[in-house]
Amino acid sequence: MRRDVFQAIADPTRRAILGLLALHAMTPNALAEHFDSTRQAVSKHIRILAECKLVEQRQTGREIYYHFNLETMKEVDVWMEQFRILWEKKFDQLDNLLENLKNKKP
Amino acid sequence: MMKREAVFSKDLQNKTITVVRDFNAPLDLVWKAWTDSDILDEWWAPRPWKAVTKSMDFRAGGRWLYFMKGPDGNGTWCGVDFTSVQPQTGYTSSVSFCDEAGNKNTEFPVMEWRNEFSERGGVTTVRVEIRFAKEADMQTIIAMGFEEGFKMGLGNLDEYLEAHVPA
Repeated sequence: MRRDVFQAIADPTRRAILGLLALHAMTPNALAEHFDSTRQAVSKHIRILAECKLVEQRQTGREIYYHFNLETMKEVDVWMEQFRILWEKKFDQLDNLLENLKNKKP
Repeated sequence: MMKREAVFSKDLQNKTITVVRDFNAPLDLVWKAWTDSDILDEWWAPRPWKAVTKSMDFRAGGRWLYFMKGPDGNGTWCGVDFTSVQPQTGYTSSVSFCDEAGNKNTEFPVMEWRNEFSERGGVTTVRVEIRFAKEADMQTIIAMGFEEGFKMGLGNLDEYLEAHVPA
């Protein structure tokens, strides 16, 4: 199944992970300490976030750090923009219609 | 005519999108435009799509069933189940995709809508709040929005702009 940013943020644990990583990069251990779930469960969430490119893995010295990828998060705004264009169109149509209806009114 | 700007806000954590827009018309007229299917058919679909009403029963417990028809004749049936109606003030509804007979397509999530209307000095404000029923629904709706948005937004945007942007 194709993974995308929206699926990634649909899950509350993954949103919490992103919230933490948005503050600063963290090692897998440091991250897992913030959650009651097993390390395995946390790393599964991380894997999904990485597949969606919301999280990047980088090696610093001997440690692996997870970083938050802001660029991917912007996809949400792209969608919002599509939604906006659609509604703006509808509203413009309604504006024209209301103008006509107003003029027809006795 | 002055063009009003719509204000969009999203609250992903609460799975809610809110749209607020003013219209240069009295409340009774705007209310009618949002609740009378003859008028809805005129504007509800972004051109060149068209909304075609099959049945409309605007009251709490009633339903609006319409076809969202694309330029190639294909489209989607949509059902709007009205859950509460306060005349000239607002209404709530559950919006779903369905078939021609109105049977809900359970593959697609239901959206809960709340529409509120208010007037000040001949200008009517409409506030639309769209809430996704479940956590997982957001992804499906958004994926769908993407598809529809791109279809309508990109494919037809040029045509739209040509017709609507003053020279």
